[in-house]
Amino acid sequence: MSATQPPLAPLPAPSRWARLKVLLELGGAKHALVLGGFSLVTTLLLALAYGVTKAPIAQSALEDLNRSLGQVIPADLHDNQLAADPASLQLDGSKLRVYRARKAGHVTGVAFEIARKGYSGDMQLLLGVDESGKLLGVRVLHHTETPGLGDKIEATRADWITRFAGLSLGNPPDAQWAIKKDGGRFDQFAGATITPRAVVNGVRDGLRLFAAHRQAFLEDASK
Amino acid sequence: MSQIKHILTDGLWRNNVVFSQMLSLCPALAVTSAATQGLGMGVATMAVLIASNALVALLRGLITEEVRIPAFVLIIATLVTIVDLAMNAWLHELHKVLGLFIPLIVVNCLILGRAESFASKNSVVLSALDGVGMGAGFTLALTLLGALREIGGSGTVFAGASTLLGPAMGVLEIRLYPGDGALVMILPAGGFIVLGLMIAAKRTLDNRKAAPRRQATSVDDAASLPAAS
Repeated sequence: MSATQPPLAPLPAPSRWARLKVLLELGGAKHALVLGGFSLVTTLLLALAYGVTKAPIAQSALEDLNRSLGQVIPADLHDNQLAADPASLQLDGSKLRVYRARKAGHVTGVAFEIARKGYSGDMQLLLGVDESGKLLGVRVLHHTETPGLGDKIEATRADWITRFAGLSLGNPPDAQWAIKKDGGRFDQFAGATITPRAVVNGVRDGLRLFAAHRQAFLEDASK
Repeated sequence: MSQIKHILTDGLWRNNVVFSQMLSLCPALAVTSAATQGLGMGVATMAVLIASNALVALLRGLITEEVRIPAFVLIIATLVTIVDLAMNAWLHELHKVLGLFIPLIVVNCLILGRAESFASKNSVVLSALDGVGMGAGFTLALTLLGALREIGGSGTVFAGASTLLGPAMGVLEIRLYPGDGALVMILPAGGFIVLGLMIAAKRTLDNRKAAPRRQATSVDDAASLPAAS
């Protein structure tokens, strides 16, 4: 920075219009274009990914459903494809999807889903019930409970959920259809009370629903 | 060569996300009630981090300074969603185990932080390498944290590793003592306690390593401090 350098000629002050133009076209518009372009490309990519993966995801979901249905309804109780035989019931104002197990045309049991609020978000329970109202099995199809605490309701992590098989509304008595903390018979988990409580209450309510609408569950309106 | 080594050790130890930068503590504490889950979350995050770093570095010429943050968020969110969909479609079994964690990756500030502080200023290769280093450091921290909490809380290490990594990894599943341990270790409080002890341990190690050198060059000490960001 020596003092001998000649001073620069002052630039002409840009007019207000020119400054506005620069601001609009070079400043804002360019950024808007960049961001708009990014949004467009990412949206296209997402649409593409969704389209490509839609069929395989539906296929795996169907396989999962088949496997879950197989876990709550023993194979010797049916000779039909469980997942391929869904029926929709209109009960107490809510819609319920029911999978009927048939042997030689006779309905031997049903599987149906119950949604229940867990510790964090909804969980989806699948109940298998035979024609007398006895539980064949219970599985959790979907949940977002705390990993390490609430996820002991999964059959792959603990045998807790398998202990429902063989129980019914009278066994144990109605007052004991609750977790131990609530005076019932079912174990809660260390560190997780709300999750098993939701499952036990959900199963109990599912059994009550079945008992109240037994005919609708077992009867085949289509045949 | 030394630059590569520097980037890798930076992520793994010197500037470790959890222990030094103290970022991403929410996923670090939330999923580490067991070692397997920490490992799963770490690996999934590392995969997304490598890809997002490489992509941000590739597109850094296109992104203008003023809109870089929303652009990074778009890139990361898209990437995670595509990974989620693809895993659900073609790696369905793995998705069932890791599915819970994947949406959490979007909000992991580590990914955005590396995009901003490294990938937007470096080449694709170096950025991917930074993703490897930082991701490995994150995985190391989460697995270690998960293992310590699992040992204290459940008496096992890597329980359920076979569902995540395949039946061959069942050998990792070890029970150290029968019965349950201290419940507090699995609860959030245990996470904070173990994390605090681990950070203290790392500081102590770093200080001990820096101590002999301090007599020679006292300036060097500044380098061992975590980078403020």
